[in-house]
This record gives sequence, structure tokens and C-alpha cells, in this order.
Amino acid sequence: MSSPLSREDVAHLASLARISLSEDELDRLGAELPAILDHVAAVQGVVESAGADVAPMSHPVPITNVFRADEPSPGLSRDEALSGAPASEEDRFLVPKILGEEA
Amino acid sequence: MSTPTKTPLVPFDDALTRYEPVMGLEVHVELGTRTKMFCGCATEFGAEPNTQVCPVCLGLPGALPVVNAKAVESAIRIGLALNCEIAEWCRFARKNYFYPDQPKNFQTSQYDEPIAFDGYTDVEVDGEVYRIEIERAHMEEDTGKSLHVGGATGRIHGADHSLLDYNRAGIPLIEIVTRTIEVPGDKAPAVARAYVNQLRDLMLALGVSDARMDQGSLRADVNLSLKPTGSSTLGTRSETKNVNSFRSVERAVRYEVGRHAGILDAGQKVVQETRHFHESDGSTSSGREKSDAEDYRYFPEPDLAPVAPSRAWVDELRGTLPEPPSERRKRLQAEWEFSDLDMRDTIGAGALELIVATVEAGAAPQAARKWWLGELARRSNDTGVDLAALPITPAQVAGIQALIDAGKINDKLARDVFDGVLAGEGTPEEVVASRGLEVVSDDGALGEAVDRAIEANPDVADKIRDGKLQAAGALIGAVMKEMRGQADAGRVRELILEKLS
Repeated sequence: MSSPLSREDVAHLASLARISLSEDELDRLGAELPAILDHVAAVQGVVESAGADVAPMSHPVPITNVFRADEPSPGLSRDEALSGAPASEEDRFLVPKILGEEA
Repeated sequence: MSTPTKTPLVPFDDALTRYEPVMGLEVHVELGTRTKMFCGCATEFGAEPNTQVCPVCLGLPGALPVVNAKAVESAIRIGLALNCEIAEWCRFARKNYFYPDQPKNFQTSQYDEPIAFDGYTDVEVDGEVYRIEIERAHMEEDTGKSLHVGGATGRIHGADHSLLDYNRAGIPLIEIVTRTIEVPGDKAPAVARAYVNQLRDLMLALGVSDARMDQGSLRADVNLSLKPTGSSTLGTRSETKNVNSFRSVERAVRYEVGRHAGILDAGQKVVQETRHFHESDGSTSSGREKSDAEDYRYFPEPDLAPVAPSRAWVDELRGTLPEPPSERRKRLQAEWEFSDLDMRDTIGAGALELIVATVEAGAAPQAARKWWLGELARRSNDTGVDLAALPITPAQVAGIQALIDAGKINDKLARDVFDGVLAGEGTPEEVVASRGLEVVSDDGALGEAVDRAIEANPDVADKIRDGKLQAAGALIGAVMKEMRGQADAGRVRELILEKLS
């Protein structure tokens, strides 16, 4: 069992994921996250038993070079594209102002 | 978030007496493919907002990307043209960040497995060759365009909300990253400019992008730090983003050298941050500080199969490469019969490919050089617009020269024709017609003007009658003045001598 994550680490992860956590949640997740990591770490065992000959995969099927010809295909109309947006203005998606960063 | 105390800007030459600049350049090239990187949406520039979008580039649930073969081909050709190794196997990766310019909440990019790596390109400044080492060139996708509403300047600060157009989101980009560039400090700004200029020329020669800095299809980020002269300790760097002209690349380097020197002189620390370049005064301002928010948590893209270009394909593409830049420069200099100095000036002005195109359109090399490095370079300097971005084409320049060669206009009138073409008044012929610029070589009209000039300057006329032919210049001048420069000077001279012999 891995040691608990520090509150700072959990707070950092939360800020990266843009999740707001209470003080209690920071403490609770600090204890729970290592358990999850341990669970996932079981995969390491597979790597060890398979040996160096077996490369890890990031895609579920062992294929390469799945390409598409550079030919335009129809997409969505503007109305269709904007239909799922909570708000739009001037044919564009409207999003809340973004603080502290610049485009 | 900006520098704690404002420190003075140190003049560039002064800064170089105690610091050495260390640069790195990241250039994004937007490919000219017909469709996006991972979907079949069109890529036309200037289309109505959100009319070139689909579930893939809007990041709608369940949409699956498929790689554009042409974009991979272009990436490999760019890599080869930069003398890079081409990966035998590489993957895309997700670069996670929360910003609405990517509706997926990640950008599909490449992380530790770029398609091209370990290359170089040789640039030339003032006749010296500098080797720029390329660390990597990788494939990724462009972001959407944000419009910030409610702020006074259209910038993000003070904006009430932002509006997003995703037509550009997903357009293929190649990011080309140099290794650290260490050249003599006084050359650093010009080397940076020459490098970006050379990339533009290469992209055009490869035919993979229109590489227009003014339209954002070629964008440069300038990373810069200073180290005390003779020291091997690297300083903290700043990253100046989206510098959008060749001239600005040079100015951004100069400005940042001065700014860093001011901070270091005052004993303060340079903040690692992104900075924005301002065209108006050539300054930069603080963007965002590089903090842990820059932790992008890259991981391999599970929706895309790895890319494994066969060596046969790579070799085939190698056969399609244009002439390498340094060989091209040598060949053109010989063909054009340019002196070393002519050639240096041409390269320094970023006019090489413009002259190539003007010569292809029929102009003599020296004439093409004269216009691009003279009249047009002056206008480029006056307006701060790069030569290549001036609203005149090489074919139009060749057209103006053809009018001169045909005797329809002279050099002086040609300047008015340049004015008209640059002002969008049409082709050179149309400008000559609408502005009434054609030279008068009709003997009737010229003869009358010559008679009046002789009458008004009897003493000059006497000198010419006495055989002092050089005095004819004064009469030619008088005729040109009367005819507002539109007289055929050669014919005027002939008429004067005929009448006074």
C-alpha cells in the first residue's frame, strides 16, 4: 500500500482537473487515491511477466498507419453545430470570460 | 504576475557588453491541406464562423479522429527538408488543458515521439553561414479563434465573455523546434529573422503551406534568456508568443535582450513566463506565468493508431524535396550575376523568393532586385509590413518593369504605378490608364513643349548651339517639369538636339 498523498498533491491534481474540493475531501482523497493507484499498479505485474519483448500498447488494436485521403467531407451546418451550445452569439459559441490567462 | 519592479530597458549594444543571448525558436506552420488533421472538414481561410466544423473537431462525444495522409506526408517532407531523422514509429498524444479554444479540452499533438527529429538548416546573415539545429518537428492541430467581447481593446482583460469560432480548430500544424541557438550576440536578432524567413521559403518550395505570417499560417515564438558573458550558466527564459512578421522576430529578440539585461542589472530575477509582442512599439508585455498550470499531463492518444512510415515511403518523399536553401542561393547568385553584396542585401531583406518569382514573371534579375530592395523595401520599412506581405505580387512588379521596358512609363512614373497597385487600384496597366501615367513620346506634344523650353531659356539654347551638349539636361528638365514627368526623356533630348543643331 502506497503512502497517502499530501494535501498539496491532491490540491494540485484538483486544480489541474478544475475540480473544486473541500478541506475534508482533500484529506479523504489523499488517503483513497493511493489505493486506486495500487489497484492500477497491478498492470505492472503483467509487464514484468510478459518481459521486454512485449511492447506496451496505447491503441487497442495492433495496427499502424490508419489514414484518410485529404478529401473534404460534409460536416455540420452552423445551426447544427451551435444547437448543442448553452449559448451563442454572432454565429459563435459563447463562453464565460476567462480570467488570468490571455489568448 | 509580471516582473515585481519595472526595471529600465538596457540598450541592445550595451546589454551585449556583459550578457550573451541564448535563443530558441518554435515555429508553427499551418499546412495547406484541403481538410483538417483528423477530420474531413474544409480549411478555407476566411469562411463564415463555424461553417467548417464537425463532431470530431468540435469534440462531441463518441466522435473518432482519423489522420490525414497528406498531412503526414507534408510533415515527413518538412522533416527531410530540415535534414531530420524520420521516426520509424511514433504516436500522437493528448495535451490536456482547459481553455475553450480547444473544445475537446485537449490538443492532439505529439509528445516524446515526434515524427521528425535531430535535423538542421543553414541560414546566411551578412555572408556568414549559421547552422540552426532542429530538435524536432511534430504534428498537431490548430485551435479555434477567440473573440473577447466587452473589453476595450478586444483583449481578454476586462472582457465580459468570449466568442469561439472553431473553423480553425483541427487544421494541421507542424511545430518546428530548434535546439539552443548561440551565435554572436549582435547577430542574434538577424539570425532569428533569417531562420524564420528561411522556413517560410522552404515551406513555399515544398508547397506544403502558404506560410503567411500576416495571416497566421506561419507563427513564431521566440524563447530567450541571457547569460553573463563567458558564463555557462543559463538564465531564466521568456517565451514571446505569436510574433507575426519577420521584422517583429528581430525586434522581439532585441527588446527581450534589453528587458532581461535591465532585470539582471538590477539584481532581480527574470520570471519564466509567456509574453505578448506588440507591433505598435516593438515591446512585449507579460502574458501568463509558467506555473504548475502548465502541467499538460500528456498521454498517448488511444483513438489514433501509431504512425509508422515505411522507409520506402520516406525515400520516395526524399525524392520530392526542393533544392536545399544554401545550394539554391549559390545557383541563383550565379544565374542572376549578382555580386556578393547584392546577394547579401537580397537575403537580408527576405527578398530572394520574391525576386525568383519576379524573374519567372519575365523581369530581368537586376530590375527585380532594384524594385524589391529599393522602392518596395522603403515602403515596407515605412509601414512596418514585411516585403512579402505588401499588397503587390511579383507578377505585378514584373508587369511594371515590362511597361518601362516597352517605353510606356519611365522610372519616375513607375513609382506612381506602385502607389496605385499598392492602393488596390488594379493591375499596373489599369493604374497607368486610370491615373493617366503613360509617358508622352508623341512628337507633336513633345515638340511644342521643347519649343517653349527653348524660348524660356535662350542662354541655355545658345550654349547647345555652340556645341555644349551637356547643357541639354537643363532643357530636358524644363520639359519634364512642364509635362509632370510624363515625357519620354530620350525623345525629348533628340528633339532638342535636332532643333538646335
